[in-house]
Amino acid sequence: MLRTRYLAALGLMPTLALAEGIAGEVKRQPLNIQAIVMFFAFVALTLYITWWAARRTRSASDFYAAGGSITGLQNGLAIAGDYMSAASFLGISAMVFEKGYDGLIYSMGFLVGWPIILFLVAERLRNLGKYTFADVASYRLSQTPVRCFAATGTLVVVAIYLIAQMVGAGKLIQLLFGMQYTTAVVMVGILMVLYVTFGGMLATTWVQIIKAVMLLAGATFMAVMVLYYSGFSVETMFRQATALHPKHLAIMSPGGLVSNPIDAISLGLALMFGTAGLPHILMRFFTVSDARAARKSVFYATGFIGYFYILTFIIGFGAIMLVLNQPGFMETVIKDGKPVTQLIGGSNMAAIHLARAIGGNLFLGFISAVAFATILAVVAGLTLSGASAVSHDLYASVIKKGRANEADEVRVSKLTTLALGVVAIVLGIAFEKQNIAFMVGLAFSIAASANFPILFLSMFWRGLSTRGAVVGGFIGLITAVGLIVIGPTVWVDVLHHKAAIFPYKNPALFSITLCFISTWLISVLDMSKQAAEERARFDGQFVRAMTGIGASGSSKH
Amino acid sequence: MNDDLLLKIQTNPKFRELVHKKTGLGWRLTLIMLVIYYGFIVMLAFSPATLGTPLAAGSVTTVGIPVGIFIILSAFCLTGVYVFRANNEFDRLNREIIEESR
Repeated sequence: MLRTRYLAALGLMPTLALAEGIAGEVKRQPLNIQAIVMFFAFVALTLYITWWAARRTRSASDFYAAGGSITGLQNGLAIAGDYMSAASFLGISAMVFEKGYDGLIYSMGFLVGWPIILFLVAERLRNLGKYTFADVASYRLSQTPVRCFAATGTLVVVAIYLIAQMVGAGKLIQLLFGMQYTTAVVMVGILMVLYVTFGGMLATTWVQIIKAVMLLAGATFMAVMVLYYSGFSVETMFRQATALHPKHLAIMSPGGLVSNPIDAISLGLALMFGTAGLPHILMRFFTVSDARAARKSVFYATGFIGYFYILTFIIGFGAIMLVLNQPGFMETVIKDGKPVTQLIGGSNMAAIHLARAIGGNLFLGFISAVAFATILAVVAGLTLSGASAVSHDLYASVIKKGRANEADEVRVSKLTTLALGVVAIVLGIAFEKQNIAFMVGLAFSIAASANFPILFLSMFWRGLSTRGAVVGGFIGLITAVGLIVIGPTVWVDVLHHKAAIFPYKNPALFSITLCFISTWLISVLDMSKQAAEERARFDGQFVRAMTGIGASGSSKH
Repeated sequence: MNDDLLLKIQTNPKFRELVHKKTGLGWRLTLIMLVIYYGFIVMLAFSPATLGTPLAAGSVTTVGIPVGIFIILSAFCLTGVYVFRANNEFDRLNREIIEESR
């Protein structure tokens, strides 16, 4: 009866994608009543917030940027809520559960991009832009081509990330609540469309804040209980865990995660600069009143995200201590014709089982509801940023040449949200049986290889011309996609060829370099009058970026 | 921004001071973060056993644990350093520049 293949054990295939995506087929679990009750309580609360936000959302600035009324602390929490996905909570704790120290290495990569965003990007972004990162990239360049490029970069990243989240959501809900996959995907799609169309950025922000607080509170409780069981001694915790784990002391040192230096550095670059090129993350900087608040929000976000990764590390070890080989948590399944004893539902369930072990069914329900809330918060942010790229960059700036009326622009945005919701549901269902584990990695690589270099050069390099930005940006985008397709994750794992044409799992090192070089070369060779004018406008842009003079203000102060 | 205002700000010594200090600090901290993180990655790639050494004789905790925690904390502390300097020194300079440009 247990012939089903379970969640691919994340830890076995340590690529970026796998710590985020949930791959393989999952077995539907029995209905979990506590979890469903708590989940509906969360949905009711977020819908109430959406209704509240809808009454306060009138102008385009309200819709895209919550009128710039979000404080630094609130935005820090919302960024954390946008960034800590369900799969990173379940996936990284599962990786620690299976491989110990390697899980910690992984989480570090996701964190170290944040300081870089603060030091180089956040304040300039806030001072120069209004609603989307294309505002900044096209500030002194030709609007139509640059916005077309930026909107493409945004939509590609959003679409890929959204599919990964939708498929992950469907599987997670099947696993946690015992609902059907299709029902789960349709429900996630409907909720995200409701949040975004009615409540805009204000509702999205508060959904993210509530989720961040719930996730941090739940994870803190679990970590404290784990430490309580080990007498508040980390050494005792490690001692007990290594005694129980089949790999014993090996879980305390780095395993095979980083065996190839090129892949390791490439992955590090994708994580670090990908974060600074994710459109839904960049968009969050326009929701605060000024550069000072933008700066504070990264400080808080870095703190919350770093704290969260330390918690997941403790949770992973706690699961080894309290769940591994304990009666009621293990099952025997047939994998590749052999019986294997594993955690019920696979390693991804480590944190969920731990919740039951320390807090009973009620707390299990809470953590399951949190995991679902997490998905909703992430997809809402993604959808809003995709919709803004269409309405603000393509419709208002490219089609209407900046003469669109605000009400029409917001209407286009809402229609796009609806369309994105339908597309996300359809693709979510279509991709159910596909191996989508590489997709989050792909999204990070594209963000790092196309969006980030152009955004960075537009702010830091006088010489950048429109031609350089557009051609170089597309080269980065196409290289990143192409190298992933002919690399091991797609060519071998998905398309089942024997050997990969491109040997590395992560293309970032090559595609980022190529994007920078080609952008530089084309810009330098661009002798047109237009390019000269664009360079001349750099001074004004630089002064505004540094001082905030002329920056778009917040409407509610 | 008109050309007069632009010139006025650009020639203001305080603006130069702001640019110098702010970009200088930003790049220095970026470099520190990159060195810490990639130093760790290089160590992982070439000498993973170092990180697996027990912290003290007989302890289960390895050197890698405090190193990992240190990297997470360093990310937070470096952002803290930047925010502290920016909130005090840079924002004051910035306010003065804006007032003087009126």
